[in-house]
Amino acid sequence: MRPGPGTYRVDGRIYASILGLLQRRPPLVRIVPLSGRYIPKPRDVVVGTVTDVQGTFWLLDIGAPRWTPLHMTGTPWKIDFGETEQYLHVGDAVVVAVESIEATGRIGVTMLGEGLGKLEGGTIATISPAKVPRVIGRSGSMIRTITTLTGCKVVVGQNGRVWVDGPAEGIIRVRECLRLIEEEGQRSGLTERIQAYLDSTSSPGSTHEHRSHVLEEIPHTSGPSREEEVRVPPPADDTEPARPGEGSEEEGGPDPAPGDDY
Amino acid sequence: MGSIGAKEVPVLLSPEGRRIDGRRLDELRALKITAGALHEADGSAYVEWGANKVMAAVYGPREVHPRHLQQNNKAIVQCRYNMAAFSVDERKRPGLDRRSQEISKVISEAFESVIFAEEYPRTSIDVYIEVLQANAGTRCAGIVAASVALADAGIPMVDLLPAVAVGKVAGEIALDLKKEEDNFGEADLPMALVPQSGRLVLLQMEGHMTAPELARALELGVRGCRSIYETMKQALRERYATGTGAEPQGAA
Amino acid sequence: MTDEVAAEILTTHILDLARSGRRLDGRGTDDYREVKVEPGFVATADGSALTTIGTTKVVCGVKLESGKPFPDTPNAGVLTTNAELVPLSSPTFEPGPPHPRAIEVSRVVDRAIRAAETIDLTRLCVTPGEKSWVCYVDLHVIDHSGNIIDAALLAALGALTHATVPAKRFGVRDADYPLEVQHLPVECTFVRLGDTIVVDPSFDEEQAAQGRLTVATDELGNVVAMQKGLIGAFSPEDITSIVDRALRHGERLRALARGSAP
Repeated sequence: MRPGPGTYRVDGRIYASILGLLQRRPPLVRIVPLSGRYIPKPRDVVVGTVTDVQGTFWLLDIGAPRWTPLHMTGTPWKIDFGETEQYLHVGDAVVVAVESIEATGRIGVTMLGEGLGKLEGGTIATISPAKVPRVIGRSGSMIRTITTLTGCKVVVGQNGRVWVDGPAEGIIRVRECLRLIEEEGQRSGLTERIQAYLDSTSSPGSTHEHRSHVLEEIPHTSGPSREEEVRVPPPADDTEPARPGEGSEEEGGPDPAPGDDY
Repeated sequence: MGSIGAKEVPVLLSPEGRRIDGRRLDELRALKITAGALHEADGSAYVEWGANKVMAAVYGPREVHPRHLQQNNKAIVQCRYNMAAFSVDERKRPGLDRRSQEISKVISEAFESVIFAEEYPRTSIDVYIEVLQANAGTRCAGIVAASVALADAGIPMVDLLPAVAVGKVAGEIALDLKKEEDNFGEADLPMALVPQSGRLVLLQMEGHMTAPELARALELGVRGCRSIYETMKQALRERYATGTGAEPQGAA
Repeated sequence: MTDEVAAEILTTHILDLARSGRRLDGRGTDDYREVKVEPGFVATADGSALTTIGTTKVVCGVKLESGKPFPDTPNAGVLTTNAELVPLSSPTFEPGPPHPRAIEVSRVVDRAIRAAETIDLTRLCVTPGEKSWVCYVDLHVIDHSGNIIDAALLAALGALTHATVPAKRFGVRDADYPLEVQHLPVECTFVRLGDTIVVDPSFDEEQAAQGRLTVATDELGNVVAMQKGLIGAFSPEDITSIVDRALRHGERLRALARGSAP
């Protein structure tokens, strides 16, 4: 076995470096984080807020460790130097995709791509980035349930920022769903509880009519790396929490890995 | 038992080898850890340890303030250990005194020794420790709280960092001193252990110990840390319990 | 610091909701979050309390020391209130000398306690002109999810009503005795969101607010202290109606501070 994300190796033994769930997918051992700030990965679709406007770029807060520049060439607009402020202002919300993470920690993002752009209307809710796979659900099942039963459009950023638009009542119910997922995301039967909450708060007769036309294409469900996480929840016997420093061998009996080559 | 009338030095060790609160020499005070005690922080923990009450919060990795402290190849770890004015018997003037600044520095360095800081260049991992009620060993309680808070914040580390002080009372090496033992004892040796490597990343000492006593103190402290380590892991397990555990998630 | 440019669409959404009397967390305009006052939280203090409003948390510790009366009030003891907005409590707080925000909290709390004559300071005088008690009220904000002023005063009251004068320790009397508390002022804070005025603002609502008004009332129905804060304005009619609402909330909050059921 090889040390994957969230692990490190010393003297042939693999240890967790973060708090999370142990996942063995030969040849990799990895730890799926349960908490923490958003750590960007290429191809992530994220929701951000403009915090500063410069001559050729905007600085975004995407909840990552660093503020994130969006260069004017990464937008669909033809902009000359100094015109950036005509397009996006401090406080504007945007959907962008992560392109690169440099060794310096600099995060590169783009607004070019399907489903990316400035967000108009609606509102922003936040959830722990570690809970994003739960918000999406297996093959998008959870988010489909939520959008269908609330009549809202929803964009779930991998950074835990969620854009919601629709009737005010619907937005409140989406927020409540997110709160339930945040608080109970680790427990089983979450889908059922969300379904029950939405059923109990729906105005009678209205939901089925909405069902057909409210389902929005959600840009973030297309990434293959994410699909894997969403579609295949870790098997039960692999989901014991692991703490930093804990050798994976201790968790699951003798490990074939120690000393293995990469 | 000696009478309390001997006001200057209370009887710290009974002929039966019991300490002022009935503990044996190698016994820890009661330790309770709550991971995720605060709402606003990226990670947090609350520790009640004997009569200590300590809250810790972690923010980051995030942009560095002030910016000139930024390091191009790694995150900086900025720890701030602070005592509330009401946390001690004599009211403490608010703000960081020299003692708090020194403790903040050695704790920052202890955590920098275990955090994989190079994963987040040019950022800051801010660790805040607030002592709300003090009864000796607050820096160790602070490290334990902060370490659980760091794990709760998803910060990559070699390991959790259990910490404890060993001292010398009535001529005997004793684990985890409480206030009276600290005030009237002959030595104090706080330490923080990396269980994964068995090494110490925080060590201070004040008082008098012979070399054999020091060796005994280190042995006792390391054992104490290993026990505290279990409590720390348990606190994190409780915070992120999967409820019914064996049941697969989202099966439908 | 980081994180703190509020998304414009979130602010707009908060204001939109307020127009129809709704709030982001589902509360009505006059709904106060759940309040808890836990006296005796800190054993090293002569009186203490932990107050929780929703997820906002403030600890107060009261300490009495032997000192000297001020020359201009030789027959009175000394009351000193201090608030620490420690960086542990919010990503928006930085380490360093007290911020004007912290000083405002301590002064607003201090004014309410002083004006309502919560403590009869003459009873804290031991020998006129020479010896008196100095009563320190230290407030420690540990989790800032909005409305720290109300939480701070409630914590202070919880601490004062259960405080002991350490008369034996300071050789003033043979035995310690309970601190005498006369009147219990409670503060009730409102913010303006468009034409709607909501009680007990959350952090997000404070960010969106167009003015904040804090009203302290006592059990006799008097207004004993007020503070208008943030950018924005209130009409005299607004203020009259806020005072009515503050009086209504005041009774319940006072009972909580006293430790009796509302």
